[in-house]
Amino acid sequence: MRRVVLFVLSYGLWLLLTLPGGDWPVYVVGAVLALLVAIFFGAEFTHRPLSFLNPRRWFWGIIYIPVFFWHMLVANLDVAFRVLHPACPVKPGIVKVKTALKTDVAKAFLANSITLTPGTMTVDVDEDVLYVHWIDVFGDGEDIEANTKVIVAKFEKYLMRIFE
Amino acid sequence: MTEVTVVDIIGYIVILVGVLFDLLGAIGLVRFPDVYNRLQSATKSVTLGTFGIMIGILIVTGFTPLGIKALICGVFLLLTAPVSAHALSRGSLRFGAKMWKGTVIDSYGKDKLGGPQIESEEGETKESKEKEDEVA
Repeated sequence: MRRVVLFVLSYGLWLLLTLPGGDWPVYVVGAVLALLVAIFFGAEFTHRPLSFLNPRRWFWGIIYIPVFFWHMLVANLDVAFRVLHPACPVKPGIVKVKTALKTDVAKAFLANSITLTPGTMTVDVDEDVLYVHWIDVFGDGEDIEANTKVIVAKFEKYLMRIFE
Repeated sequence: MTEVTVVDIIGYIVILVGVLFDLLGAIGLVRFPDVYNRLQSATKSVTLGTFGIMIGILIVTGFTPLGIKALICGVFLLLTAPVSAHALSRGSLRFGAKMWKGTVIDSYGKDKLGGPQIESEEGETKESKEKEDEVA
């Protein structure tokens, strides 16, 4: 089942990439490649392929996009400010945050979102703990609860609905 | 020569903003004090900057084959740039690249590497000085 979903996804991507189509070899090569991908990497793919068809997940996914881009824009203005400020004001450190997300995909997206948003960059993930490099540490950085509130909370509620 | 429409102008402005963010990222790469802060500027600004350029291309060309390819490139960039930042930062920590002396806390070093990986106040660690002497 998940091989079928993966085949459809990779063939769709191929069709998008090869627009506006062309002769029949384009489609045949794409089909063969998508088939190979589905056969070899199907085992690595998600264990619940049917969740791709769940409209509620897609809905929250689409809600998540503007939220994410807003935070990303803020992040960039923040970095721009620090770069252009004559004193280059940074107070960096690696802090620990906890996440309530369970699945690997959700954690991966959380880590990616953290990296692209204000002053934070995920260094490593260990079970439910994320090590985050923070360019402007809050207090002395020892308070895991407070760190979690600032860094993780704004994404977690969306990602939980999308991926879990 | 084709006529320049309002949509084109918006697209060019988006491209310009993207290029500006790329430039800021590059300046940050020079100005920030250590590997990790530099990675911050390099991933954040450069990802949004390049994504902005891609979106600008999409706006200018519309949903043509070129525009859709630019969009796909942008999405892949968004998905992969943070992964490389994670790999680089984790790799440099494990390799032993020290953090800047103004660093407040290093939980990762404390938990995984047996002590915070922060430069001493003098600016350079003993080991790195020895290494430099050997090179000299």
